[in-house]
Amino acid sequence: MTLIAPDQSPAASSLAALGLRESATFDRATIADIQRAAETGIYDIRGWGAKRQVPHFDDLLFLGASMSRYPLEGYREKCGTDVVLGDRYASKPLHLDTVVTIAGMSFGALSANAKEALGRGASEVGTSTTTGDGGMTPEERGQSRNLVYQYLPSRYGMNPDDLRKADAIEVVLGQGAKPGGGGMLLGQKITERVAGMRTLPVGIDQRSACRHPDWTGPDDLEIKIAELREITDWEKPIYVKIGASRPYYDTALAVKAGADVVVVDGMQGGTAATQQVFIENVGIPTLAAIPQAVQALQELGMHRKVQLIVSGGIRTGADVAKAMALGADAVAIGTAALIALGDNDPRYAAEYARLGSAAGFYDDFQDGRDPAGISTQDPELAARLDPVAGGRRIANYLRVLTMEAQTIARACGKAHLRNLEPEDLVALTVESAAMARVPLAGTAWIPGAGGAGF
Amino acid sequence: MTTTLDSLPAQGPRHAGGTTQVFDLKAGGVRELNKAVHQAATGEAFTVENPGGKHSLAVGVNAEIDVDINGHAGYYAAGMNQGGRVTIRGNAGVGVAENMMSGTVHVAGDASQAAGATAHGGLLVIDGNASARCGISMKGVDIVVGGSIGHMSAFMAQAGRLVVCGDAGDALGDSIYEARLYVKGTVASLGADCVAKPMRAEHLAELGELLRAAGRDDDPADFTRYGSARTLYHFHVDNSSAY
Amino acid sequence: MCGIAALQVRNPELRPQLGTLLSTMLCEIVDRGPDSAGMAIYDNPKLNSTGQSTLSLLGADLAITSADIDRLLEHLLPEGAASTVRVVGDTTLVSSEVPAAELAAAVAQASPGAVVAGRGERVTVMKSVGHPMEVAARHGLDGMYGTQAVSHTRMATESAVTAGGSHPFSVADDLCLVHNGSFSNHASVRRELKRLGVEFDSENDTEVGARYIAHRLEQGDDLETALVNLGQVLDGFYTLVVTTADSMAVVRDPIACKPAIIAETDDWVAMASEFRALAELPGIENARIFEPEPGKVYTWSL
Repeated sequence: MTLIAPDQSPAASSLAALGLRESATFDRATIADIQRAAETGIYDIRGWGAKRQVPHFDDLLFLGASMSRYPLEGYREKCGTDVVLGDRYASKPLHLDTVVTIAGMSFGALSANAKEALGRGASEVGTSTTTGDGGMTPEERGQSRNLVYQYLPSRYGMNPDDLRKADAIEVVLGQGAKPGGGGMLLGQKITERVAGMRTLPVGIDQRSACRHPDWTGPDDLEIKIAELREITDWEKPIYVKIGASRPYYDTALAVKAGADVVVVDGMQGGTAATQQVFIENVGIPTLAAIPQAVQALQELGMHRKVQLIVSGGIRTGADVAKAMALGADAVAIGTAALIALGDNDPRYAAEYARLGSAAGFYDDFQDGRDPAGISTQDPELAARLDPVAGGRRIANYLRVLTMEAQTIARACGKAHLRNLEPEDLVALTVESAAMARVPLAGTAWIPGAGGAGF
Repeated sequence: MTTTLDSLPAQGPRHAGGTTQVFDLKAGGVRELNKAVHQAATGEAFTVENPGGKHSLAVGVNAEIDVDINGHAGYYAAGMNQGGRVTIRGNAGVGVAENMMSGTVHVAGDASQAAGATAHGGLLVIDGNASARCGISMKGVDIVVGGSIGHMSAFMAQAGRLVVCGDAGDALGDSIYEARLYVKGTVASLGADCVAKPMRAEHLAELGELLRAAGRDDDPADFTRYGSARTLYHFHVDNSSAY
Repeated sequence: MCGIAALQVRNPELRPQLGTLLSTMLCEIVDRGPDSAGMAIYDNPKLNSTGQSTLSLLGADLAITSADIDRLLEHLLPEGAASTVRVVGDTTLVSSEVPAAELAAAVAQASPGAVVAGRGERVTVMKSVGHPMEVAARHGLDGMYGTQAVSHTRMATESAVTAGGSHPFSVADDLCLVHNGSFSNHASVRRELKRLGVEFDSENDTEVGARYIAHRLEQGDDLETALVNLGQVLDGFYTLVVTTADSMAVVRDPIACKPAIIAETDDWVAMASEFRALAELPGIENARIFEPEPGKVYTWSL
C-alpha cells in the first residue's frame, strides 16, 4: 500500500484552519489508491492484515475479583498456562508450556534467519512454531522443539520425510487475511533457494491455488485426514485451519471431518502478500469469530476435547486472556511476533522513508526489501537479523504475553488460564457486546442474545 | 472399464526368494496393511486382496517394496509413495499417487480425479483414462496415461512430464509453469498460458523413453508438445483477463 | 456434503433384491454423511399401490394419531375415496385414490404441521436423523422390492441436522433429488421462485434445486432440459441425482469437484459417490465403469 510519509503530509488540522476539508469517503489514502490503480492497471498487493478499524479485544474489559470473588496472589499462587493440543485421536499430542503459539509463516515470505529466530524463541518458552507455504527448512526444524507442519493447497515442498519429522500437521483451508483466496509470493522473493524448495522458476510472481488439489469439502477432508493419519501411523495431531467467515459451520465440519485441533484466524490476521481489496473486505473480525466457533464445539460436545486455537490481532496478554475467556484453548501470533523481531522498528525510519513508507506503516512485505531483514530473501538485509538475538526477543515477548495473561487470570481468581470464561468479561460498545456475546458493561444486555444463533 | 483386472503380468518380488505377505481387506485391515508396509524392508512384497474401493491403501510407502492391489482402490492409493512399486489391478479413486516422491505406481484400469496431484517424482502409469485434474500442481513426476484425461489437467503444473495417448479435456495446462505435456489425440481447449510447442529431437527422445518405461509402443512422432508461454510469470496489466 | 448411492434395476429378476443391494451401497457411503439419511424407493407394492397416491410424512409420531388422521380424511376427501394410514419406521404413509396434491391438502387440514417428504403414485421417501444404517434398518430397507432407488447420507453444511433437511427432496409427484455439494446462490434463486409462488419447507439449499426442477418440469421442460437449465441458474458445486416415475438422471457442475462414479450392466445402472459403494453389486466385475463428465446430463429410463 502506498502511503504518504507522515513528514511530507501537512497536518490535517492546519489544512482545516485554511478552510480546506478532506472527504471522509475519498480520503487521501483512497485517492492515492485510485491514482495507483489508474497508473499500473493491476490491483494493489501488500502484506500485513486488515488495517481498517473493527471491533476487537480492546472493546472488552475483565471483571476483576473484589468481595464476591477472591483473587490469587501474583507470583506466589500458581496460575497454570500449559495446554495439551491434539489428544482426540493422535497418540503423540503436543504438550505446551504456554497457550501462546507462533502461527504459520513461510520460509520465502520470511528469511531463514527470521524463521530460525521464531523457532528458537518458541522453543525457549516451550511452545510451538509453524511452517508455511513453502516447506520445512532444516534451520527451522533444528531450532523448533514443537513444529507444526502446514499442509496447504500448493503443497510446495511437501514431502513425507518432513511430514514424519513434524510434531503436528495443520491442514490449511484458509487464513483470516483472505478466506477463499490462495497465496502469493512476488518475484523479488523467489530466490534460488526459495524457488528450489517450491519447484518454481527463479524470480517469477507465484500464485498459489485457493483450493486443495485433491479434495473439496468436509466429506473429502475426512478421507484426506485419514490418509495423513495412515501415513504418519496415527501419531501426529491434525489441525484444521480456517479463515474466519462462517466459523460456526466450518468449525463443526472440521470436527466432523476428524480434526484434533481447529485453528480459527480472524480478519486481522496477517499475510505476506495478498490483494489489498481482499485483506480489507473479506472475512470477519476475530472477536466475532470466537463465540461462533465455541458454540459449534459446545453443541457437538467437543469444547476442550477438540482444541480451539485463535489468531488474528493478538498483541498483549490481555488479548490472550480475552481469547481464552471467550473459549479458546490457545492463541497464535504472527504479525506481533514479526514486530517483536524488529519489524517496523523506528531505528530504520530513514530506510522506511526511502521505500515510501514509515516505521509503523510498513506493509510491503511482498517487495522483499524489509530493512529489518525479516520479510526478505536479500542476503544483506537478512543478515541484519541475528537469529540468536531475535530468538531471545521472541522468548521475551512470549513470556510477557504469558505473564500478562496470568496477571489478569489471577485477578479473576483463576488458577489456570483455561478457567477464564465469558462471564469474566463485559463489553464497552454495543457492537463488541453483540459479537463477543458478553453484556455491555454495567448492564445485563447482550445484543442479539436469544434471537441470533444458527 | 476397458482393461480386465488380470491384464497385467504378475510381477513377483524384486529380489528372488522374498516372501509375499497377503492382506485380505474383505473385513477391513487398512491400518494393519499400512503399518506393515511402513515397517517393510527393501525387497519385501505385499498383495492386497478384495480392496473393494477402500481408501488410503499403501500410503506412505518408504522403501523399495512391491505392493499388488488386486481390484479397485479408493481415494489416495499409494499416496506419498517413496520408492515403492505399487500395482493396482483395477481402477483407482481420487488422488492416486498424490505427492509421490519416487518409485512407480501402475493403474491397470481408470483413475479418478487428481491422479498424481502435486507429485514430486517417480512414474505413474494409468492404462485407462484419468478424469479431471490429472497431474494438478505436478512437481516433477512423470505420468503416462494410456487413454484420455479430463478437464483442468496439469493445472499449475510446475515440473515433470505428462504423456496422454488419448485426448485431453478442457483447459489443459492452465497456469502451467515448467512441466512438459505430450498429447497424442485432441485437446478440447488449452488453459491460460499453455501453448503448443515444436517437437525437437530431445523431446522425441524423452517421450520415447517415457512410453517405453510405461510399456507402450506408441510412436512419439504422433504426439504434440504443450508447455508454458511464460506470459503469466509476472503480474502485468495486459494479462488481467487471465487472473 | 454427503454420500450418494442410486440404483435403477432393469432386470425384473433382480428387483426383489433392490433394497438389499441399496443397503450394501448405503453402508459404504456412511462416512461421507453420518448425521442423517434418506431413501426413495420406486414401485414397492407394500408401500405404493397402482392408482393410488401416497404421501410420505416425516416422523412416526405426528401431532395426532394415525387413526385420527384416517377418521378426519374420511370427511376431507371426496365421497368414496378411501384412505389408509400406515407407519413404516420413522415415516408415516398416507394413501388414497385422489391425486397427490388433493391428498396433501387434506392431510394439511387433518394434521397441520405434518411435513410431506415424498409424494406420488410410485415413490416412497423415508428419511430421518441418526446413523444411516440404523435409519435404513428402522425402515426395513433390506429385502425391499423396487425398480429404482436413491439413498443419501448427509453431513450438514449450513442448515440444521433434521429429518426435513435430509435428502431426497421430493417436491413434485414421483420426483426426487439428492445433492452432494453446496449451491452458492441458492438464496437468490429461492427469492425468485418464491416470487413466482413456489412455497418452501426448509432453509436447505438442496430444496431450492428440487423446487427449481419441479418448476421447470411444470413449465414443460423434460428432465434433461430442466437439468441443463439448472446449470444456467444455480451456481456452486454439485453432483445431483434426480429420479422421476420412470427415469434417473445424474449431473455434475462444470468444475466437478464432488465425486461421482457410474457403473452400468445390462441388468442395472448404478451411481455412487465412490466406487466402494458399487463393489458388491452383482456383475460389477464386468460392468462399464466411468465417471460422469462435468456439466453433462446423463439419463436412463426404466
